[in-house]
Amino acid sequence: MKFPKDLYYTETHEWVKVEKGHAYIGITDYAQDALGEIVFIELPEESDELAQGEEFAAIESVKAASDVIAPVSGVVVNVNEDLEDSPELLNEDPYENWIVKVELEDESELDNLMSAEEYENMSKE
Amino acid sequence: MKKTALHGEHLRLGAKMTEYAGYDMPVEYSSLKEEHHAVRNQAGVFDVSHMGEIAIVGEEATDFVDYIFTNNVRSMTAKQILYGFLCYDDGGVVDDLLVYKHNDQHYLLVVNAANTDKDFEWINKQNTFDATVLNKSDEYSEIALQGPNAESILQAYTEANLKDIRFFTFDEISINGEEFLVSRTGYTGEDGFEIYGGHEAVRKLFARLLEENDALKPCGLGARDTLRFEVALPLYGHEISEDITPLEAGYSFAVDLSKERFIGKDALAAQKAEGLKRRVVGLELLDKGIIREGYEVFAGDAKVGHVTSGYLAPSLGKAVAMALIDKPHTKKGTELSVKVRKRFVRVAVRNKQFYKKSQK
Repeated sequence: MKFPKDLYYTETHEWVKVEKGHAYIGITDYAQDALGEIVFIELPEESDELAQGEEFAAIESVKAASDVIAPVSGVVVNVNEDLEDSPELLNEDPYENWIVKVELEDESELDNLMSAEEYENMSKE
Repeated sequence: MKKTALHGEHLRLGAKMTEYAGYDMPVEYSSLKEEHHAVRNQAGVFDVSHMGEIAIVGEEATDFVDYIFTNNVRSMTAKQILYGFLCYDDGGVVDDLLVYKHNDQHYLLVVNAANTDKDFEWINKQNTFDATVLNKSDEYSEIALQGPNAESILQAYTEANLKDIRFFTFDEISINGEEFLVSRTGYTGEDGFEIYGGHEAVRKLFARLLEENDALKPCGLGARDTLRFEVALPLYGHEISEDITPLEAGYSFAVDLSKERFIGKDALAAQKAEGLKRRVVGLELLDKGIIREGYEVFAGDAKVGHVTSGYLAPSLGKAVAMALIDKPHTKKGTELSVKVRKRFVRVAVRNKQFYKKSQK
């Protein structure tokens, strides 16, 4: 199981990568493994507003649907539309395949997130 | 949490485990979809040791089982199996089950794991007959070998001719030199067997079948549910329950209202005479997404039912569901909508038997 060092993590198994005022958001390796084969994803739209702690997308495996929770607040500037036709990309490489890119609204929100090390420890419990 | 005798095998095979009916059970080994397709196209084997086995023995065993069971027990011959229901007085379902007839004085009831204790208690309460009720659940392990290749795989391990065990019959035979009860039954819509025996004998058979048959896949509860769902077999608590009668769910073939009496008969006969107010139907999703159990179904603004089971069906590649819908919205072709999280999607009423086996 992978836990890239340069990302922030949530207790609900999302990751955030911050780059030039933008945040890329995806789900973790642990999340994709727990979900099993992902067969459908319901994506937000560009210019939707995400609020930290609130759901913004849904990921469905054969077994069940689960919400994706926004790790940070911000306006969606880009949606990874490849996932619509190929949701299994999230199984294949959950860190390469981000779900949305948002305009980071409040950098201090990152303080509420976990480091790779903290998240790895939590996932092992 | 309870463990079946095969628990160590599941861990050794790397299964993803989950709690089900008080047992730590495999939900999938590697891929639910691959397991599903293996059963449809080749063969798969499931640990179903969590299922309950309740024996009814005694002089009046036939009278007793016929009194609590919706299907016709008096018509059964030895080594025959019948599907049916235990119902409450109001027609709601205590459980759905298979009845195995050994002889007039000895029956075995195979019931849902989550209901075993409830069933045992309820059956005992109805017992005014010269018969004894025995909970044998802890004495048996059980595996289900399912799929078009099930017979040829199992035949290599027994001198008994498996062709003699026809659909919905059973026999006690020797496999690998040990004794098992083997029935041609299942919960997948495919040919196959359910195999009951002692814990160690079943564990050894499970391990050996997998070791010596490359095309045979171990299958978890995930595939078990998608397989039964595609062929419209009910799951207790979903399509049938205390609140949903067998007639509403569409299983009248297993309710013999011509019997002189059985618990629930009056309520079910009245429901039939008055006409059903709601039915379990199939739904096909016309928009994108997946509709799942618990989602509400609407005709215009009016709520007309709920989804009882729903999947992106692996054999169809389509999102379909079973749903309990108020009449008159149950006619095939009717367009309804389903609330998926915050939005509404369009669905059409279909036959709930989504997958039909092409005959060999």
